[in-house]
Amino acid sequence: MDTLDRRLLNEFQQDFPLVARPYAAVAERLGVDEAEVLDRLARLSRGGMVSRVGAVFRPHAVGGSTLAALAVPPDELERIAALVSSYCEVNHNYQREHRLNLWFVVTAPSAEAVQAVLADIAARTDLDVLDLPLVEHFHIDLGFDLKWS
Amino acid sequence: MSILDDIDRAIVRATQDGLPLVERPYHAVAEVVGTAPEDVMARMERLLAAGVIRRIGLVPNHYALGYRFNGMTVWDVADTDISEAGRLVGGLDFVSHCYHRPRHPPEWPYSLFAMIHARERDAADALVAEIATVLGSLSRGHLVLFSSRILKKTGLRV
Repeated sequence: MDTLDRRLLNEFQQDFPLVARPYAAVAERLGVDEAEVLDRLARLSRGGMVSRVGAVFRPHAVGGSTLAALAVPPDELERIAALVSSYCEVNHNYQREHRLNLWFVVTAPSAEAVQAVLADIAARTDLDVLDLPLVEHFHIDLGFDLKWS
Repeated sequence: MSILDDIDRAIVRATQDGLPLVERPYHAVAEVVGTAPEDVMARMERLLAAGVIRRIGLVPNHYALGYRFNGMTVWDVADTDISEAGRLVGGLDFVSHCYHRPRHPPEWPYSLFAMIHARERDAADALVAEIATVLGSLSRGHLVLFSSRILKKTGLRV
């Protein structure tokens, strides 16, 4: 990653232009051409450094979601983690260091659909699902300042 | 939710995996949705102003960029103190997300969630200590759950 990659990553986490040719507008601010920006974004996306270029939606703005956790017996972890990840409604799934070792986010078109997924996971794993829906969010997400060493 | 109509929802669905990396991405979205490109841009502008869209831009993958220590810090804060605690912790620039979630005692007394990201374990510990300092006596206990593996991470799915 060079300086231009870093500037792309740090300076365009918000205010991405809502114009017909946004990548050209980004390129102009960086002093390069549109093709260069598109090439770099494609490379950063392929390499996994950029998850996507697009909108970050407010939680619950569209449909419902929750954070859920399971205490999975260690020897069952692989199977149950794969089962949880297999739901298209699960968009994040992390293994974490705690007795509650599997943490995942369920997002669906409605709160009822979210609950149906949790009930299904509980039934298929025979485990209690800890349901931690958002009550309030306190942080206005304006991106994250990546500090390069 | 009610402020979104069918076309807004179609735009959300068409963009949840990101905008296409083509010269005219909003035109491409417009084609999928079945409306005019100007309409897509105007609606996204409106959703942004309404706060339904928080931001539009690059979404970096912290982990791939070397932030290997992604900690979910959770704090036991009294219900009467949660707004104050949330305001304090949510205002820290290194906290990427800060949420109030219901507690489930006795195993899970924690009600305030704050996500931190660091390249080194020591740096992560320092961030946790900073949150603890900011909260002071508002916190009755806390835990840090580091992610040992990312099993799945995609954009919003509806």
